[in-house]
Amino acid sequence: MTAAAVELGDLGLDEGAHLLVKRALAGVDVGGVVRVRGRAPTLAIDLDAWCRAQGHAVAPVDTTGATYVADVRRGGAVVGRWRGAERAGAVDPRALGAIVDHPPARWGLAARGATVEAGAAGLDFPLCDRRVVWADEAARLYAQAAAAQWDPATAIPWDAPAPHPPEVEDAIVQVMTYLIENETAALIVPARFLAQLHPHFREVMQLLAIQCADEARHIEVFTRRGALRRDALGLSTQGGQASLATLVREPDFALAAFLLSVLGEGTFLSLLWFLRDHAPDATTREVARLAAQDEARHVAFGLAHLARHAAEEPTLRARLASAVERRHAALAGTAGLNEEVFDALVLLAAGGWDAAALRRGHAAVVALSQDMDAGRQQRLRRLGFTTGEAEALSSLHTRNFM
Amino acid sequence: MSQDTLVLGAVAYDAKVVPIWDGFLAYFARHGLAFDYVLYSNYERQVEAQLRGDFHVGWSSPLAWLEAERAAPRRGRTARAIAMRDTDQDLTSLIVARADGPVATIRDLRGRRLGVGATDSPQATLIPLEHVAAEGLQPGVDVEVVHHDVLVGKHGDHVGGERDAVRALLAGKVDAACLLDGNHLVFAREGVVPPGALRVIARTGAYDHCNMTVLDDAPAGSIARFTELLLAMSYDDPSVRSLLDLEGLKAWRPGRTTGYELLSRAIDRTGYLEPWLARVAA
Ligand SMILES: [Fe+2]
Ligand SMILES: [Fe+2]
Repeated sequence: MTAAAVELGDLGLDEGAHLLVKRALAGVDVGGVVRVRGRAPTLAIDLDAWCRAQGHAVAPVDTTGATYVADVRRGGAVVGRWRGAERAGAVDPRALGAIVDHPPARWGLAARGATVEAGAAGLDFPLCDRRVVWADEAARLYAQAAAAQWDPATAIPWDAPAPHPPEVEDAIVQVMTYLIENETAALIVPARFLAQLHPHFREVMQLLAIQCADEARHIEVFTRRGALRRDALGLSTQGGQASLATLVREPDFALAAFLLSVLGEGTFLSLLWFLRDHAPDATTREVARLAAQDEARHVAFGLAHLARHAAEEPTLRARLASAVERRHAALAGTAGLNEEVFDALVLLAAGGWDAAALRRGHAAVVALSQDMDAGRQQRLRRLGFTTGEAEALSSLHTRNFM
Repeated sequence: MSQDTLVLGAVAYDAKVVPIWDGFLAYFARHGLAFDYVLYSNYERQVEAQLRGDFHVGWSSPLAWLEAERAAPRRGRTARAIAMRDTDQDLTSLIVARADGPVATIRDLRGRRLGVGATDSPQATLIPLEHVAAEGLQPGVDVEVVHHDVLVGKHGDHVGGERDAVRALLAGKVDAACLLDGNHLVFAREGVVPPGALRVIARTGAYDHCNMTVLDDAPAGSIARFTELLLAMSYDDPSVRSLLDLEGLKAWRPGRTTGYELLSRAIDRTGYLEPWLARVAA
């Protein structure tokens, strides 16, 4: 006696009819029988072969007419495959147990919320500690970043007039050269951690990825602005590169995020706002304004996960502080911000050579340093450093800004 | 070879053979059976080595099984099949023609070209040609046989010969082609065969494929343990499932030798094995 049955009509197993057979078999227990009927010319052959490969047994019932009829007894292999499978967290990060403290290597690349077959060899992701990498804000910041992507081709007025003197254009080119170098470090650092991060922390992974895309775009627009009226870019100094090398080499996620996002990109925010307010041409002003928008998100994520991490690990602040001190010591023998960049910023803000303009430009750059320092101290306090600690640490930050 | 290590011989018909037997080695080690394997590039060399006593268990194609079964007595030995895959029992081969062509029966092949797989492929050459002969057409005389030799010596384990035969059929270079029944679905899924493009003009009787072959002087204790551990491999067990998937089975079955009748008839009719047997016995 067979209760379950499936009618395939003239659909062959070589045309997708196996889906109908599968669905019917899912409706009976292992060992249960489904009666299969169909008129496809090779049904008898294909059903035999398919069932053999799937571990089901076939018993022909009627092989005489145009309609082939057979009973398929469900085997246990497909059920067996999912024995011991486990759910890898949950899709919605706010659900209870959605984000686990230490996602195992055996979950590998599986989507969070998927059911993972047991027995996988797994993939080793060294960044797999929720406490170190997670921030609840990641999803919101990622959505914001995705919505705020801009097209360099249309977002920037590349043809805006630039009536400033040639030396001011040279100063802009020098600042752009410096920015490109720094943006490159800001791309490489998150990219490296991105490849080490357990995909369980999907929102953080996405945010780091879009951060890299932001930096790629910054490199593009600064390069394009630099080359707008010149065939070559400006100067790259040993001191600037030495400062960035200490960032790129930092192997610890929390320390690198602190040095790059909180201190470096935080300081850069002030610099980009300065360019937005003081650059002589609309092209440079707009390039800086749009980059600053993106940087604010990078800073926000760094602050969010480090604040959370510091709340859970009381010794983190001491480690962060000593990272700044170590970096300061490592850079003690270098010149800090190169003179070319400092002078270029003054001339850029002055917009010309007359004494009043130079006085104004110089004052603006001095105010910029104070603004950078105030911003750093405020962010350090948000991470729980005292006013005195914040003041001391901010003063040790690299003179190269990033 | 060490007396207490059970050694298996297999043919490296594909790069995946190495991870497969490394996986089996680890499985047997977990269950306390000292096991190792050696690989050969072709089945004849493997069977000759087994007859010499170079290893204990041969992972034999159906033709390699008949080679071992027939050559062993000439050396005063007997061969036995101890295990096989569930997916190797009761296979059939198909002879197919183009659905829109003139060939509808075996008899229509007279004077035409029949595409087969590798010369030594049981499923795509030897058994289907035996079927044609039984229907009254002498292969090579009444019907031209067009071989698609991919990796001769590997007894058709590589599916490429069958695929080439079917492609030749679709391209009009042959009038019919031979293939394993399951490959009809495989080639449809790969897009090699559009649905409805082929007509099955013949299906052979059922036959069995590979088996684990031992000779009568193999160490009984470790052979028994080996067989027991093979049969105990469960698709429910994640630590062996990937091995079973790689090797293409859901469960091991006790060996049987009742499924080699068609192939046996095929090589008897053509004397296919005689030169090799004469050389091995010499
Ligand atoms: Fe940037
Ligand atoms: Fe950034």
